[in-house]
Amino acid sequence: MDRRDVALRNVTYGLFVELGSAPTPTDVAPLLGLTPDEVWIGWQRLHDAHALVLQSHTRELRMANPFSAVPTAYRVFAADRWWYANCAWDAFGICAALHTDGRIEASCADCGDPITVHVRDAHPDDDGLLFHCVVPAVRWWDDIVFT
Amino acid sequence: MNLFRSEEHITRWLRTRTPGATITVTKLCELAHEWWGDRVDPNWEPHTRDYNQAILDRLGLTDSFWNLSPVAPEP
Repeated sequence: MDRRDVALRNVTYGLFVELGSAPTPTDVAPLLGLTPDEVWIGWQRLHDAHALVLQSHTRELRMANPFSAVPTAYRVFAADRWWYANCAWDAFGICAALHTDGRIEASCADCGDPITVHVRDAHPDDDGLLFHCVVPAVRWWDDIVFT
Repeated sequence: MNLFRSEEHITRWLRTRTPGATITVTKLCELAHEWWGDRVDPNWEPHTRDYNQAILDRLGLTDSFWNLSPVAPEP
């Protein structure tokens, strides 16, 4: 990842947080003096470098991990707005990335019961809950959407 | 990468799936803060695989499940 792509990635993330949702190439382009096509091509390089994830059939972001650009079962209230996370790990990651307390709304993957976890000063308020990951770390990026 | 009420719920959910790794949400939250804490820093720099592996190691996630590098085949 060269300096140009790191800059594109950082501007994209900054705009995601500012907007509270995924920016488009048209949103990002003027901030870097690029055309939307150049942003899109840069995003493709960042996708290949696992720095963000693109939708497979549209010119849109799917993930700017830990943020999700699409609705998911992991919702996080932090920094005065709601966010979607890609998974349970990312839900806590949103509080971490924003350096703020938050409230995670999810459900037990087995029974579907609602789960609410408050994160205060980087600690969850319920340690009885468990996190399970079925995909070994070395294969996380084989199919990051499944992971 | 899911949340569960208890070990019993994980066991029931897994059924025919191959089990992976389970950690408490306290450990998960700690991991999330180490892993994602710099992600919206305007001067963020890419993490190397070694950097990320060191995070996992520091948190005691040293089982082969958490190994980010492919294991070299036996000679």
